Amino acid sequence: MEQLQYPRFTPEMKKTHKILIPNMAPVQFRILAAVMEQAGYTCELLENCGSQVSELGLKYVHNDTCYPALLVIGQFLDALASGKYDLDHTALIITQTGGGCRASNYIYLLRKALAKAGYGQVPVVSLNFSGLEKDSGFPLTLPLLRKLLAVIYYGDLLVALKAQTEPYEIEKGSAAAMQEKWLDTICRWVREDKGYSSHAMKIAMPKIAAEFAAIPVRRIPKVKVGVVGEIYVKYSPLGNNDLEKFLASQDCEVNLPGLMGFLQYCIYNPGETARLYGGGFLEKHVPTLALQFIESMEKVVIKVLKDNGYHAPLPFRELVKLADGIIGRGDKMGEGWLLTAEMIELVQAGYENIVCAQPFGCLPNHICGKGMINKIRELYPQANITPIDYDPSATRVNQENRIKLMLAVARERLGEQRAEEIPAPQEPEKQLSAVQSLTAAVQSRTQDSNHAKAMV
Amino acid sequence: MKVGLDVGSTTIKCIVLDDAGQILYSTYERHFSHILEKSEELLRRIPAQFPAASTAELAISGSAGMGMAESVEIPFVQEVFATRVAANRLAPGTDVIIELGGEDAKILFLTGGMEVRMNGSCAGGTGAFIDQMATLLKMTADDMDAAALRAEKTYTIASRCGVFAKSDVQPLINQGAKAEDIAASIYQAVVNQTIAGLAQGRPIKGNVLYLGGPLTFSHCLRKSFDRTLGVTGTCPDNSLLFVALGAAFYSDQMFNLAKVADRLQERGASETYRSQPPLFESQAEYEAFRLRHAKAAVPRAPFGADYAAPVHIGIDSGSTTVKVAVIDQEARLLFTDYQPNLGNPVPLIRDVLQRLYDEHPALHVASVTTTGYGEDLARSAFHADYGVVETVAHFAAARHFLPNVDFIIDIGGQDMKCFKIEDGAISNIFLNEACSSGCGSFLQTFAQALGHDVREFAKLGLFAERPVDLGSRCTVFMNSSVKQAQKDGASIENISAGLSISVVKNAIYKVIRAASPEELGRNVVVQGGTFYNEAVLRAFEKEMGVEVIRPDIAGLMGAFGAALYGRGKASAHQTSTLLDRKTLTDFRQETENRVCGLCGNNCQLTINTFADGGSFISGNRCDRPVTGKADTGTRNLYAYKRKLILGYKPVPGKRGKIGLPLCLNFWELLPFWHTFFTHLGFAVCHSPLSSRDLYLKGQATIPSDTACFPAKLAHGHIQFLSKLGLDAIFYPCMTYNIDEGLGDNHYNCPVVAYYPEVIAGNCPEVKQTKFIYDYVGLHRPKDFTKKIFDILRRHFPDISKKEIRDASDAAYAEYAHHMSLVRKEGERIINQARAEGRRIIVLAGRPYHVDPEVNHGIDTLITRFGAAVVTEDSISNRVEKFQTTVLNQWTYHSRLYAAAKYCCGQPDMDLVQLVSFGCGVDAITTDETQAILQAKGKLYTQLKIDEITNLGAVRIRLRSLFAALDDETRKEA
Repeated sequence: MEQLQYPRFTPEMKKTHKILIPNMAPVQFRILAAVMEQAGYTCELLENCGSQVSELGLKYVHNDTCYPALLVIGQFLDALASGKYDLDHTALIITQTGGGCRASNYIYLLRKALAKAGYGQVPVVSLNFSGLEKDSGFPLTLPLLRKLLAVIYYGDLLVALKAQTEPYEIEKGSAAAMQEKWLDTICRWVREDKGYSSHAMKIAMPKIAAEFAAIPVRRIPKVKVGVVGEIYVKYSPLGNNDLEKFLASQDCEVNLPGLMGFLQYCIYNPGETARLYGGGFLEKHVPTLALQFIESMEKVVIKVLKDNGYHAPLPFRELVKLADGIIGRGDKMGEGWLLTAEMIELVQAGYENIVCAQPFGCLPNHICGKGMINKIRELYPQANITPIDYDPSATRVNQENRIKLMLAVARERLGEQRAEEIPAPQEPEKQLSAVQSLTAAVQSRTQDSNHAKAMV
Repeated sequence: MKVGLDVGSTTIKCIVLDDAGQILYSTYERHFSHILEKSEELLRRIPAQFPAASTAELAISGSAGMGMAESVEIPFVQEVFATRVAANRLAPGTDVIIELGGEDAKILFLTGGMEVRMNGSCAGGTGAFIDQMATLLKMTADDMDAAALRAEKTYTIASRCGVFAKSDVQPLINQGAKAEDIAASIYQAVVNQTIAGLAQGRPIKGNVLYLGGPLTFSHCLRKSFDRTLGVTGTCPDNSLLFVALGAAFYSDQMFNLAKVADRLQERGASETYRSQPPLFESQAEYEAFRLRHAKAAVPRAPFGADYAAPVHIGIDSGSTTVKVAVIDQEARLLFTDYQPNLGNPVPLIRDVLQRLYDEHPALHVASVTTTGYGEDLARSAFHADYGVVETVAHFAAARHFLPNVDFIIDIGGQDMKCFKIEDGAISNIFLNEACSSGCGSFLQTFAQALGHDVREFAKLGLFAERPVDLGSRCTVFMNSSVKQAQKDGASIENISAGLSISVVKNAIYKVIRAASPEELGRNVVVQGGTFYNEAVLRAFEKEMGVEVIRPDIAGLMGAFGAALYGRGKASAHQTSTLLDRKTLTDFRQETENRVCGLCGNNCQLTINTFADGGSFISGNRCDRPVTGKADTGTRNLYAYKRKLILGYKPVPGKRGKIGLPLCLNFWELLPFWHTFFTHLGFAVCHSPLSSRDLYLKGQATIPSDTACFPAKLAHGHIQFLSKLGLDAIFYPCMTYNIDEGLGDNHYNCPVVAYYPEVIAGNCPEVKQTKFIYDYVGLHRPKDFTKKIFDILRRHFPDISKKEIRDASDAAYAEYAHHMSLVRKEGERIINQARAEGRRIIVLAGRPYHVDPEVNHGIDTLITRFGAAVVTEDSISNRVEKFQTTVLNQWTYHSRLYAAAKYCCGQPDMDLVQLVSFGCGVDAITTDETQAILQAKGKLYTQLKIDEITNLGAVRIRLRSLFAALDDETRKEA
């Protein structure tokens, strides 16, 4: 079979080329960039945004392609056109999941767009765990992998801490400043090639959490909103019209389940595939081993959060079980069963108001997002989920209006919850939610007292 | 005192309550998008009339009120929430509220678990949609309601989005369907849309409350809801004002209304929207532009009463207009006529012809050629000599102005057509799919909504300094972008310019999808009525960076081209077959609608009968009602596949009955599963071919309205199976498909793979029956046998391993046999076509595109053009695996690429790709398939299909394809 013609990213280019990284999850990706620099790459995390990004995407990519592809490709093209980069010494990096969703094709669409836009010489690096693109891949060595895992956890931790502190902080901006400070510190560690051993993490993480916990707060109950969705629009402010900021402006506490869950999901799936359809010993057991390794770090993060009175995500091992009876764990395209499981986790943890974000026409989310909402509501009547579609011309006003509707219901419930401190016995359905809201109330009280302790 | 303000998408509503909660004042007015001014004026009006209310508790609600409320720091209440607040007070005991507004549709479930639903960003408007449809029918909303009450029947109108429905309605008008029936159908479509889009499986029952403009004003709409839901809903007093009332009830902060008005005024002065450069920098630039375009004029000749030389008449019966051009032997223009199509084009054309006869007693008509949507109707009504597909007519006209033209773009009222010309033939056609019809009529509707005539409206934009940047998507999205821009203080001039620019962007980036002007060619002719609009013309030149030719008869090019076509065809002293003076005077047309009934399709026929006894039938999917003969399907592999699939009948067995839904991948795997379960001793029943009725029965449980139509049909199939008293329904999840070795992987697309999960999560039917939807992989036969044993053992404990082994051996064998039959028949059809010298069309889709409700009879349509139809899977095995420029990872799509590759080596074989709307995977496959074909100089044709049953656009595409192919053949000969 003839080979496709496109520039490969050769090992020599590590020295000569600057790699541009699209910005998906701003916090985690910043540390990621530091890891790459430490590994000897020159790279830059793209910050360019604005309407020209999606316009360039629309111009060079089939318009019915999903919005993240339009944005990521548009962001690259916009950067290349800016004149800031030496085009003969610039490379791009993009992730590839290798799943049955069309996202696996982004890299091809990107290459087509580059050729069409006259940047045919720019090589694209594929970041994937599926063994795709061996000739242009980003060589993922074990030590590098370990570092990547560590930084994702640092990132997730910082995101969780800020999210749970900021809405309640007495002095505006203190949580953000704290996050910024730690981001700088962690990036510095990474560049100095330290801080990512489990030992180092066990020392650093409690310190980080304790510092966040020391920020003076007033914990008046607020509407708690969880955000799930297609990974890019879930995290990227460019993709979701600054959803987090909008929710914050509406006086909510926002929970964006971490990036690590997605990674664990990706590692978990090949094993499940082998269990469902048959497969070799390695396929069945390597994922288990990898997950066990990750679990050791996961424990640290969870413990640190809990110790400091914060809500901690469920361990992946538990998260997996949440899908049972709702969606098959064989649904592994896009965010698949994980998305459904995350919604349930959020509802159970009191983040019962959920924005399920997806690009317009996202195929996997017809199933695991929109397709599962009814079922979740049947089991958890308190679930207040609103699916929001993102797309180059879906207007912000429409999206925000729908979110506001969700929030209006949430606020009303919050008021009711505050009113009925001791729930009267009701019909069984109501009781369930009442019990849960009680649990949530108890939890938040425990949190308050913990914080009180931390402040003392 | 409490004041509630509801600023909706088209209207503004205000309520003043006294301290006892009684309504002191209420108003409901259209705001013509002057949102800030209107709100300000209202807030000044209230204290003027009720001095006691100069300071009052105030809250704002409504979709257009959000940003405004924030900017002037007034509490905002989300409108659905406000409705609920009002309903709890004013109509206690309500179970469900259905509220339709200008652009929003909402359902509120108040009892049994409170839930609120709003239409998604795609579902389009309802009130605005009804208005748009009324405009199309040339009626007011009230007329339409009154007309609908007299309806005798309803037609199927796509219920998903306004633009789709419009493209269903227009052909009905053109075919002469009764306005009463269309009106009723429109209301029914709104009902279907609301239920399908919003109920999502939750039953609407109990006390239903109807709110909002459309439901208040239209008796017929309420009746349609009542009928469909089986309830008797009520439309309460103040049904228009519930949101405003809710806002008033909710308000708890005091404001000085005059001060708020002042703040609104200040706010109105600031412009904050996203803008783009102006169309013209100066008057001088504009003058130069005008001068340049004035040159593209067609020569004219006087057409006196005594004119006796031969003339050629071209009639373009378009979707919204009827155009007539008369030319002489030298192609000079003698006469033109341009009229809006008032529903039925026939009387209009008759009047024009009559006038020509009357005013020119010596007229010698040499030829008459018809084109456009109404081509066939006009041709048969008036006995025209020729009919020509509109693309060819347009090309003929464009070439007349610019012999070396290499690109033509035509933006008409309803459709947009672009074609590339290579070597003097149409090499590629782009037609706007139903989703981006935002063309001329879109501008017109907008102009009207903003209270302007369309011409005057377009002119406003010419010198706008900061045109609004509105995306490039469909009309429905555009509505809310405009709304937002207005809220942000954009002037009407800037909006007008912005709309013109967005029409152009839509054409370039959405329809043509060009990256650079060079790609389209440098010799461009633009035409169609929309290009009379200088703002659109200018925007096009600016966006493309090229100077184009706009003929002075831009809107008449179809008719002019048709006349030219006739001139080219007619022999030297020909006299047209056109009805002569006498027969034209006696001309009469009668229209009758009935169901064909000759086969199971039950097509809705529209039969036009003319005074001379001739008749014209439309709405038919096959020639049977015309010729009386059934289509034998001998050159249609789609028909053969259907026959094979339907041949699998239940065989009574010891283990009871199991049901398989004939949807998505079952269209290919039925032979496998039928054999498998039959061997296990089950009587295997499958659901029938899909139908409209089947779809409607399942539509209420669809959770995601943007999923593809084939997937949405699954709900109907499950609903059907649930009524059969089965022991189980089997519909497995399948991440992987069979590996045919053609690609890098062999996935199913996410929807095909996991749709059973959606069924399990949303269809109450499967709770009563055993629903087996485990994950199954046929790609590893040995493992399959083990795994399916475990799965089935859970439900049928007495099944033995041996039985499973035997059954799966038989199933794999049957599947292989089935595929070989398909390929054998494909070969036979190809050979037969070659022997008969017919073209072979590879109608490439997915197995489920064989379903007639999915493909809308396109397969038959192609055979009616004389070609043979084969499927992609009948030839995909003739190619070795090859490198594609995309990740080739879905089995069905690997076949598509392989089929395209195979076509490249077959001169008489061409590929037409069927694409289901909403198929995300096809955003990738279409470009790749096109690239494969074009690399070898093959034409690529894509047909986008959805619920839509209108084949008008499809017909144009196919005819243009055949015309282009004939052209090529002629040249090679």
